[in-house]
Amino acid sequence: MVIIDYGMGNVGSISNMLKHINVRHSIESTDSSKIFSAKGLILPGVGNFSRAMSILESSGVGEIIREAVLVKKIPILGICLGMQLMCKHSEEGNVAGLGLIDADVVKFSKDSSNQLKVPHMGWSYVDIVKDAPLTSGLLENPRFYFVHSYFVKCNDKSDILMSCSHGDVFTACFLKENIMGCQFHPEKSHRFGIDLFQHFIAWCK
Amino acid sequence: MHRVIPVLSLIEEDLVKTTKFKSPNYIGDPINALKIFNAKEVDELLLQDIRATKTGRSPKIELIRDIVSEAFMPIAYGGGISNIGEIDQLFKNGVEKITLNSAAITDPNIVKLASDNYGSQSIVVSLDIKKNFFGHGYRVVSNSWINKFASGLLDTLSKFEDLGAGEIIVNSIENDGCMSGIDVELIKLCSDKLSIPLVYVGGVGCKGDIVKSMEAGASATGVGSFFVYKGARKAVLISYCNPTQ
Repeated sequence: MVIIDYGMGNVGSISNMLKHINVRHSIESTDSSKIFSAKGLILPGVGNFSRAMSILESSGVGEIIREAVLVKKIPILGICLGMQLMCKHSEEGNVAGLGLIDADVVKFSKDSSNQLKVPHMGWSYVDIVKDAPLTSGLLENPRFYFVHSYFVKCNDKSDILMSCSHGDVFTACFLKENIMGCQFHPEKSHRFGIDLFQHFIAWCK
Repeated sequence: MHRVIPVLSLIEEDLVKTTKFKSPNYIGDPINALKIFNAKEVDELLLQDIRATKTGRSPKIELIRDIVSEAFMPIAYGGGISNIGEIDQLFKNGVEKITLNSAAITDPNIVKLASDNYGSQSIVVSLDIKKNFFGHGYRVVSNSWINKFASGLLDTLSKFEDLGAGEIIVNSIENDGCMSGIDVELIKLCSDKLSIPLVYVGGVGCKGDIVKSMEAGASATGVGSFFVYKGARKAVLISYCNPTQ
């Protein structure tokens, strides 16, 4: 497994999780040969979308990811901002994303009563909305830790694997061919997160 | 869902619990406590080094790394943070959120700088609150050990929300460690003012207090004594619950 480090991810937390479940992994930034030979990729991300995109594009890592995912079809899991970066466009900074999947990133609707706070921060249950080998055998009633102000809208609804709501209904997890993204933080979601990682690792083989 | 957050206070490498921000009582080893909270699947955890700023010391990065390495829940850390370099180190070592208290009051721009760099969601401002001596209302105190007046409460909340804080923690100094109930009025005031999540800390003594905190508008409740003591004699025994789920 390769964790892609472009300077804006919680690489330490994900590495801790992979160590805990005994998965061999390395952390790579621009070494394309290591990335191209990986069984699976993890794209983490915390922070501002447009800042992350400008780092990915100027460093060439964005192009390496596109080739690894779209041409070499290596399985990839994007987490939080990492998921959003795989989309076509984000309202955060109004810039283009990596364009790996037909989806857009939009801001939560303003809640006039101030009841639903943004960022959406905390634990939420998700609905698994499509059957896929990856989710078969997942723990029941999974709940995950979320922290985000923007969310993913899939243009092709058949890409949605899990959905969730916080005022707006949004994509908690998408899966299209070898491309998976989750808005929540599985590395910080106790046994539900450990379980999801184990399913992703198994699916990569 | 309402989050219930154990609050762990550190002095050097010991876990302690204070009362009204004074008289720290030794509780145990923080790594051991964290393992127990991890096994109990807590929603989130707040770790604060309560002497770092007072003694002018930076965060103890190695200790923090050891504490968080087996934690599969989000961890917020506060104490002794004074610049972006330290914030960067904390994130690299597996902390999800950092909390700024004295540093934010001394130089509010650090909140903007940090949230521009790392995103609002990972930057928390923690405020120590006292009731005013006369009449109603509250004030924010900085460097709580000298009880220095910092500013009025509502203006301060708006200022830090505008600067990009993703969440605000309010610590009720009078209620700290007392386990005799929470300040519902304070929660309502802050929650009505903020459009970002509010974390209330101070005075929880029973499950009902956590429910009251949620009903008053807090997105999360921090709990110290109630999760580390048991019984009238305050025997140390770590527990956890989230009665709102």
